[in-house]
Amino acid sequence: MSGNVIEVNNLEHSYGSVKAVDNISFSVKQGEIFSFLGPNGAGKSTVINILTTLKKIQKGEARVNGYDVAKESKSVRRSIGIVFQMLCLDHEMTVSENLEYHGKIYSMPKKERKQRIDELLKLTDLESKKNTLAKDLSGGMKRRLELARGLMTKPAVLFLDEPTVGFDIQTRMRMWEYLREIKREGTTIFLTTHYMEEADQLSDRISIIDHGKIIVTGNADELKNKLGKDLIYLETSDNKTAAEILRSLRSVKTVTEDTKSLRVLIAEDVTHVLPQLMEKIRGEGIEITTVNIKKPSMDDVFVQYTGHGLREGDEKEKQQGMEMVGVSQ
Amino acid sequence: MNFEFRAIYWRDMLKFFRFKSVLFSSLIQPVMWLAFFGLAMSDSFDKLTSLVPTVSGVPVVDYLSYMGAGIIAMDVLFSSLFGGTTLMFDKKFSLLRETLASPVPRFHIILGIGLSGVTKAFIQTFIIIGFGKLIGMDFFKGYTLAETLFALVGIMLLVAIFTLGFLFLSGSIAITIENPEGMQSILTLLSMPLFFISNALYPIDSFPAILKFLSMFNPLTLLADGIRYFALGPDFSVMGNHYVYTTADISISFLGLIFFALSMLSAAMWRFNKVDV
Repeated sequence: MSGNVIEVNNLEHSYGSVKAVDNISFSVKQGEIFSFLGPNGAGKSTVINILTTLKKIQKGEARVNGYDVAKESKSVRRSIGIVFQMLCLDHEMTVSENLEYHGKIYSMPKKERKQRIDELLKLTDLESKKNTLAKDLSGGMKRRLELARGLMTKPAVLFLDEPTVGFDIQTRMRMWEYLREIKREGTTIFLTTHYMEEADQLSDRISIIDHGKIIVTGNADELKNKLGKDLIYLETSDNKTAAEILRSLRSVKTVTEDTKSLRVLIAEDVTHVLPQLMEKIRGEGIEITTVNIKKPSMDDVFVQYTGHGLREGDEKEKQQGMEMVGVSQ
Repeated sequence: MNFEFRAIYWRDMLKFFRFKSVLFSSLIQPVMWLAFFGLAMSDSFDKLTSLVPTVSGVPVVDYLSYMGAGIIAMDVLFSSLFGGTTLMFDKKFSLLRETLASPVPRFHIILGIGLSGVTKAFIQTFIIIGFGKLIGMDFFKGYTLAETLFALVGIMLLVAIFTLGFLFLSGSIAITIENPEGMQSILTLLSMPLFFISNALYPIDSFPAILKFLSMFNPLTLLADGIRYFALGPDFSVMGNHYVYTTADISISFLGLIFFALSMLSAAMWRFNKVDV
């Protein structure tokens, strides 16, 4: 198994003539948190559905916990836990009954079930809610209960499909804490997200996925460092000429022209480069109106590799996410 | 051997006893049928048919007892026919995803739901028999204790097979249909002919030939006949009609219902294996 819990080779999946997943290969190591970062419709959920045997594999090869997804689906199912994008708890059952049911359908012996339920309620801080009906829990608690449920059978890998979609930032950050705790206990986590911070803060490794293809894979710092050391946003009276001047400088890696500003990636320490850089531009009679310096973020990484932002349509997605959660209320 | 269906059964029963409104109405409904419809109809039927000469040498059964068997059949029909609806809501609110994504074979889901339906049907059957005896229904008249027990086991077997058949049918519809309104109208449409083209509530001897022919294939007729055989005996007369149930007749009831249940099971398997998460 070579320490890889998930191994995917040349995976392809189409809906009619639309290719949702286009020749994807990747592997997830034992004990890491691995994220698929990409916009809605990038093919993330399709990959999760294939790996969890909910969708039949069309082309390529995938192994989870050493089992072939196509031929050993039952063993794969026994090895994994899933937290679906949509909330799917039985609202008319209590917190512990929801877990009890899960243990039962996975044929866990009674004693083991009871013990595991106690452990997981502790882990997810739901001990006091043990006998509360699921419908009376807050959104964040419901998600935690689903997390606990996904961990009931001590899976080799936990799949999370957009685990924090539609949550406010505080709830989201709490979820991350729980996920880190689960990772510390040795569970491998595979998650999909379209939140930059989520991928950035949580993951050991990230694959940026767009239009069904993996664009780049690496850990957050690696990805950011690849871009350059620092990033400058400039607004000038003549962006076009300024860009040409900047491109001729040795310390400048790339220059991108946005509608109003210039995005300049610098290979060296910005504090030394900036005065020289501004002088050069001014020398050509161009006025600099705004300067903004920052470290490259995941957003910048994403834009750099995919050529477009992730934020476009983000509001709409957020709304959809809320509706999804709302459906099962 | 796997027993995952027990988990499905457990969950369904848990919720049956939790929803007090469902529990209460399913227990009170059979009593209402007997108390209102049964007493009213039996009085007028007995009055109307009091002049009809009885068949000599054969025990006469009053209409209430005749109808009691039909009420069991009908009550069980309605609750099992609508029993699959829970699956539709489970699918709609994506509760089914968890189970469908687990290693549980789909057959176990169907079986678990079916068995919980059988349990509910037994409860209703006992309520009708118990309450019926209170208001003068002549079930098991002149039977010894052993004969009564034998008859009860026979009735329970028939009820169980019948209920499974209709739950499988209802489950296949529920898993296929997307909206509650559609489900409701299909079930109502189905229940009409089942209900009227049967001998559950009235004898079919004077039916038009075509309806009489159709009624012989109606599971409701098969069940009502079977219950009457066990509860009222193989030879009796009601409202001037002479009923004789031979061993062949009761075998037909059993075999017909088993055939029905198995066909519905294969329909359910076919539909369930198509369900996408």
